[in-house]
Amino acid sequence: MLTKVHTGLDPVPGIWWKPAHKAERVWVAIAFAWCMVLFAMMPLFHWKGGQNPSGVRRRVDPKAFYARTMAFAAQYKVGEDRGLPIVQPPPGADVYLVGLTFQWYPILKLQRGKEYTLHLSSLDVNHGFSLFPLSINFQVVPGYDYGLRVTPTAAGDLRIICNEFCGIGHHTMVGRVIVVDDAGKPVADNRRSTIPNGGAR
Amino acid sequence: MTAPALPRFRTCGATGHRIDRQAELLVRFNAVVAVVALLVGAVAALLLILTRWQAVHLLPAVWYYRILGVHGMNMLIFFIIYFEMAVLWFAGTVLLDARPAAPKFGWFNFGLMLVGSILVEAMQWSGRADVLFTSYPPLKAHPLFYLGVILFAVGALGVVGQFFATLVIAKREKTYKGSLPLVVYGAMTAAIIAVITLVHGAAVYIPTFLWSIGLIPAVDPEVYRLLWWALGHSSQQINVAAMVAIWYMLGALTVGAVVLNEKVSRSAFVLYILFISMASAHHLLVDPGFSSAWKIVNTSYFMYMAVLASMVHGFTVPAGMELGMRLRGYTDGLFGWLRRAPWGDPGFSALVLSVVVFGFFGGITGVTIGTEQINITVHNTLRVPGHFHATVVSGTAMAFMGATYYLLPLVFQRKVAFWKLAQAQPYLFAFGMLLVETGMTFAGSFGVPRRHWDISFSQAPFDVQFSPAVDLFLAIMGIGGILAFTGALSFILIAVKSVFLGEKVTEFPRGAIVAGIPQGLTNPPVQPANADALNEAMHAESRGIAGATPGTLVLVAVFLVAFMLYYFTNWKLLTFLWKIG
Repeated sequence: MLTKVHTGLDPVPGIWWKPAHKAERVWVAIAFAWCMVLFAMMPLFHWKGGQNPSGVRRRVDPKAFYARTMAFAAQYKVGEDRGLPIVQPPPGADVYLVGLTFQWYPILKLQRGKEYTLHLSSLDVNHGFSLFPLSINFQVVPGYDYGLRVTPTAAGDLRIICNEFCGIGHHTMVGRVIVVDDAGKPVADNRRSTIPNGGAR
Repeated sequence: MTAPALPRFRTCGATGHRIDRQAELLVRFNAVVAVVALLVGAVAALLLILTRWQAVHLLPAVWYYRILGVHGMNMLIFFIIYFEMAVLWFAGTVLLDARPAAPKFGWFNFGLMLVGSILVEAMQWSGRADVLFTSYPPLKAHPLFYLGVILFAVGALGVVGQFFATLVIAKREKTYKGSLPLVVYGAMTAAIIAVITLVHGAAVYIPTFLWSIGLIPAVDPEVYRLLWWALGHSSQQINVAAMVAIWYMLGALTVGAVVLNEKVSRSAFVLYILFISMASAHHLLVDPGFSSAWKIVNTSYFMYMAVLASMVHGFTVPAGMELGMRLRGYTDGLFGWLRRAPWGDPGFSALVLSVVVFGFFGGITGVTIGTEQINITVHNTLRVPGHFHATVVSGTAMAFMGATYYLLPLVFQRKVAFWKLAQAQPYLFAFGMLLVETGMTFAGSFGVPRRHWDISFSQAPFDVQFSPAVDLFLAIMGIGGILAFTGALSFILIAVKSVFLGEKVTEFPRGAIVAGIPQGLTNPPVQPANADALNEAMHAESRGIAGATPGTLVLVAVFLVAFMLYYFTNWKLLTFLWKIG
């Protein structure tokens, strides 16, 4: 027995809790099944997939994290570019990268195919870690250490764009990650590229 | 005591509803302020688009970020919430033939909201709140900015309370028989979600205000993000519920859409209430503060139950329209009902465009980028605004515009001005926005960041060279933005001219076609006397699953296939990245 024909503007007389027509029942069932697929995909990918934002996460004092990063940079420094140390830690190491207005510190040199634990945090405000051109994106929050186990899959000279608004110089905040191949062959070292207008607009 | 008092109620010439004059004034004032906010937000939008379109790059950096904050506040908070206040006053009183609860308190709340909005605008425009819409601490704004938001939220919460009180009054005074109409039920859903949302707003803005005046030492940035997004994203779910209610309303007014089954539609609204405020997690998927288990449960609205709700409405809304039209004799073929629909009625075209773009673009992209792992490729890129403009602008704002074309004659008692322009406006606006969303989404998939003044990175220490394709997509976004702005401005012009200088209309001559009055009011879609018998016949067991609404079944099948393709393509793209765990 169907409800009397009416629109959504009409008050509904009597009891409206009535069985739905087959078409609706089937659609609700299909939609429900699809929702279960959507839901199952996430745990499944943790089990079988290679890209998960799980990481090792803990609170950290921003100043302590900054000091740890400075010590790390001093320990593994292999060169310098634009006044920033280029740091090459051994495979498997804990790697530290700190965001501060408006800089990513230090420059990282990693080896293709090797796993590192990349610790991200901020000294001051929220920043956004966005690895260009791969578009790998993580939120960098002051007071929180996000330790991600990463394995670079291809050599290249990459950039870190800040993609969380961090103040008026936000758009100047770019860092650098160099991934070398198995032979340790350096890729273009970026030294030849110049800053247009000397950095002024 | 000189002028004779006006009677408390008037009777609507088109629908026969009993309309309380105080409630009507509240609807009008809220709607007018909403349109003012829309104007400010739209001008801001144009400036932003012309800056992000790197070939034009209009604004200097300081003003880009400042205007970005202004745009967010005016569009996502002021325009939408003032309009929703109008919807609540309208749904609570007009649709139920009821009087409003404590209208004087309503004006008090309206005043609070107004003072709050003016404070926020003043702080933003004067550069004392350059913290963008989200104001993540430790970025700090002037205390009056936070105070403004708090006043606005308190006023809005007051109106929501009055809406509930109005429902109680209507029930007690028996102004309607039986259960609430579905549209009012949907508005009630929006109101309940609004309470959840605004309480989170208080939980986040009150401590932040205290911090800004130095009473508490710090606000945890991650806790702030959690609570802020319980306001920021959940408030978009108020919009979804209000928009779906308007879908049912416009369907009824324009083509006599019927409610297929009250149980199904109402249960879907209940799913919104139960699960949708978990959406805060959508913004925290690649944050350090939360475990994967927490992220998965929350981002999926507990196993996608709110997505299920939207997919249900995505079927019942078009199916209701189809059935409503078939019952009135538009029975030819699968899509005869669509072909012969009133496409020149801006209320109808806005409805269809809103449903289609919200579902196909906003919905599919939203679920996909809100997947825990896929979000790694998307977080804070232009794909995010690409998604939410498809929901909030092409979906909600478009539906609100469509509703306005009916509210102008019904509540403001004015003809819709510039009628030809009004007929074209939904198409222009929807097409422009579609280009904006497409441009943003594709540019974002190359890693172009959102909220970024200069992706040529001319002042950065290291060069970043985006693919030339990015320039193309940003140009598409720019051109779309100009079209959409023209569409929005047309809407504002039409609304302002109609309200303040429009031709008065109290009579709705049946059967006539009058420029400036949407066809649903002069030619209301009345069902034939034997509609119930026809309905039974169409639902007969022998006609099978496709008996009543075959066209809609085809449409939702297309939708599902598109959804699956987009979803799994994004999983595949994810696997090309570094190994991350």
